[in-house]
Amino acid sequence: MAEIEIRALRKAFDSAEVLKGVDLTIEDGEFISLVGPSGCGKSTLLRIIAGLEPQSSGEILIDRASVDGVRPSARNLAMVFQSYALYPHLSVFDNIAVPLRMKRLSTLERAPLVGQLLPGRRRVERAIRADVERVAEQLEISSLLKRKPGQLSGGQRQRVAVGRAIVRQPRAFLFDEPLSNLDAKLRAHMRAEIAQLHRQLKTTFIYVTHDQAEAMTMSGRIAVMIAGELIQVGTPTAIYEDPHDIRVAEFVGTPKINAFPGKIRSDGWLEVLGHTVHAATSSAAGECRVCVRPERVELSDGGALSGTVVHLENLGSEAFVHIGSAGMDAPVVARVNDPRQLPALGAAISYGFAPDAVRVFDAGGKRIATSAAPRAEWLREMAVG
Amino acid sequence: MAEAATALDGVAVAPGAKARAFSGLRQAGGSRAAYALTAPAIVLMLLMLIGPLAGVIALSFTDYQLGAPSFAWIGLSNYREMFADRVFWISLKNTLTYVAVVVPGAVALGLGIALLIQSGTGLRGLYRTVYFLPVMATLIAMAIVWEFMLHPQFGLVNGLLRAAGLQSHSWLQDRATALYALCVIGIWQALGFNMVLFLAGLVSIPKHLYDAAELDGAESAWSRFRLVTWPMLGPVTLFVVVISAIRSFQVFDTVQVLTKGGPSKSSEVLIYTMYAEGFEFFRSGYAAALTVVFLAFLLSLTLLKSVLGKREVHYA
Amino acid sequence: MRALGHIHPWSVIRHVLLLAGALVMLTPFIWMLSTASKPQTEIFSSDLHLIPYHFALWDNLRAAFARANLWRYLLNGLIVTVSIFALQVLVALPAAYAFAKLRFLGRDVLFTLVVFCILIPPQATAIPVFLLLHRLGVLDSYVALVLPFTISVFGIFLMRQFFKTVPDDLIDAARMDGISEFGIVWRVMLPTAIPAVTAFGIFSVVAHWNDYFWPLIVLNSEHLQTPPLAVAQFRNNEAGTNYGPLMAAAMVIIAPLVIAFLFAQRRFIEGITLTGVK
Repeated sequence: MAEIEIRALRKAFDSAEVLKGVDLTIEDGEFISLVGPSGCGKSTLLRIIAGLEPQSSGEILIDRASVDGVRPSARNLAMVFQSYALYPHLSVFDNIAVPLRMKRLSTLERAPLVGQLLPGRRRVERAIRADVERVAEQLEISSLLKRKPGQLSGGQRQRVAVGRAIVRQPRAFLFDEPLSNLDAKLRAHMRAEIAQLHRQLKTTFIYVTHDQAEAMTMSGRIAVMIAGELIQVGTPTAIYEDPHDIRVAEFVGTPKINAFPGKIRSDGWLEVLGHTVHAATSSAAGECRVCVRPERVELSDGGALSGTVVHLENLGSEAFVHIGSAGMDAPVVARVNDPRQLPALGAAISYGFAPDAVRVFDAGGKRIATSAAPRAEWLREMAVG
Repeated sequence: MAEAATALDGVAVAPGAKARAFSGLRQAGGSRAAYALTAPAIVLMLLMLIGPLAGVIALSFTDYQLGAPSFAWIGLSNYREMFADRVFWISLKNTLTYVAVVVPGAVALGLGIALLIQSGTGLRGLYRTVYFLPVMATLIAMAIVWEFMLHPQFGLVNGLLRAAGLQSHSWLQDRATALYALCVIGIWQALGFNMVLFLAGLVSIPKHLYDAAELDGAESAWSRFRLVTWPMLGPVTLFVVVISAIRSFQVFDTVQVLTKGGPSKSSEVLIYTMYAEGFEFFRSGYAAALTVVFLAFLLSLTLLKSVLGKREVHYA
Repeated sequence: MRALGHIHPWSVIRHVLLLAGALVMLTPFIWMLSTASKPQTEIFSSDLHLIPYHFALWDNLRAAFARANLWRYLLNGLIVTVSIFALQVLVALPAAYAFAKLRFLGRDVLFTLVVFCILIPPQATAIPVFLLLHRLGVLDSYVALVLPFTISVFGIFLMRQFFKTVPDDLIDAARMDGISEFGIVWRVMLPTAIPAVTAFGIFSVVAHWNDYFWPLIVLNSEHLQTPPLAVAQFRNNEAGTNYGPLMAAAMVIIAPLVIAFLFAQRRFIEGITLTGVK
């Protein structure tokens, strides 16, 4: 169990800066995801925490002690790799036993033939066997102990990789996109298993993924990384409802959040596509982007904005209507809860959204605070103009 | 309307007919073409490879000599003569010694150099080129250079030894050392080839395995080698050993040019004996018997490789 | 193993070891160059030195070319290796195409035969082929040097592997255009296989340029000698006296391949270790 602190971490490969100053404190026992698009540096950050890469500058502290120069195996962390990284020539049992053997047996005791003759070895082996079998039970892979990785399915290999991590009883678990190689159904199943594992073990989990749905469903907190910077850290709800940066708003949520070009008027009101939005802001006048989630876009006959239906996506349980609007490069996406009542393709349609549904970002992408006018006033305005 | 239907019909039929004509091409015309295309290869194969292979085995049971008007079938006499011939056994022993020295040497050094090159990033291309150069350079020419280097009076090797205060030696002229001098040349020449094969093997080991090993506690280079590198190199190592052994068995050039099997047969090797019997004394039947023995060794090596090879491959 | 910006001790050790080894590997080449540049007096002296006091390379080269018709031997090497490779391509490519893309009775049996033939070492067939060539009366000629090698089962195997990766659609399109099967081999398959053919070419040229065994057996005439035979002959004639010109001759013999190698190292290494691709 460990609290991990990352201070002002920078990493550059040759001239390319991959991590541009990351500060993060990971609480003891929490499940935190590092999310971001490919190439944002999240895997590099994980490897630096593990000790597999040195940082260019900055510090990593585990339980208040700096781990600079401490070897990976001495940091007492365990990592589950995207490719599982199981030793192909060893059985499942031996794979899981490797970290234990490395730690508890000396080099001489590990020597192929000679080592087996040494006295203490048998006792240690028995303890190792007990530990491995316990972990195998926990993960329900006891029947696979004699097999080799090449004979296992993707999901089984994953569990062996997790088993190898668990058996070390580490201070924290590092997951590097462990579910990317699995098919969708298996992925959903393993997500639940890993979340369950966290509840059982109560150890710190640091989980790297590019799949924001994974991060949203599994973590206690999410850290969003884009282009080497930590943009925002918070609970899934906070990240979703209260993004501090337009990049966070656009990265999290499927389908992508709608971004309208907008203006902040000198009277403090917002204007979108020529229509006033009844949300006020104290920011200076200027260009801005007004973002609304698809599920907050309301289709109604009296909506302030209008367009044509250019595309329909019917998923059965819900549907998405893509609306082409003048002034918008990309279609506006609106969610419809009842797919039985879909507008027709090509039909003219009007839509709008409540003032408290908007998330406004300035020209630089930073969030601008807004406060919504009371709804009654808005309805009156809508009827008029 | 009816016209449209028939027009559509016509369209529907044509592709089908074309498809059928096609598959016909693949079968009837295709077969004829195939036989024509493979005929030269098959004929040459029979004439130059399979025929001679059968021929050499058959010859070993005759007493044929080049230029003789006729020959007789003498059954196993050639083999009996061979097994009773002191020179044959010396030749075989020398060949096996050569293989036993050159294979471990060239394989271990090839592996060592490959590991060294891979353990860092600087000058990899340069080292690869330099170590591979002896493989390329005509062996006969380089063997003659080595001969001069080993010259009792004016050679480089003896000169360096004398400068270091050690005894100089007539390496190629002394029966105790001639074969081993040839072994050194053999290792020198084969090392680069093995190195390249090992490099290819090392490069294909997934990097994540080393990360996992690092995290699991494999701290020293030796434990990483034992846990990851050596097991993953299994198939490549087997391949390199067998190929090296096969090539070592075929040693001839250096013997024929530098020692002619001497002094006193101390560097006589199997192919040299076969060459001498077959192309200097023209005792084709006897030489054929020697060839058969040679073939038996080589075939068993290849068989060993197939048998062991299936066991060694690990799927990651 | 990774240091933070400082020069790691291992990096130094590694270079020291590799450079020491490299020196050992290069010593014969360096010594050959050095000796070829020395006059007789400096060679036959117990005073070991690398740089000649008197630079005699041109003299030795002149002597070498005077004593032996080196240009002729290099030309022989060129004629023989190019002929062998060209014929190998002519024989192997159509067969490889047939094995890879066509269906015919006996295909698998014949291909198994090809694979089996790969295992046959060249020395095993020497005696019967020699006797055959003797019977045909073509010993001691270019034909004897080239004919046995025109069949390269390894080449067939290699090209078949490669041809299998060519999409069938490409071939069907060619057929529809009216190209014959034979035409397909040269106009469709060959262009896509240039890298493989190049690698095979390097493998073949190097192997046959350096071949000593077979030319030794089938040749008698001096004017037909290939480079390895030539330099061996030179040495036999000199019998331990003219090391300067001998080393110069050795230099000339290895020069073509070595220079080509230095220009295209990667291709060469790929080609020669092609046996590893099996």
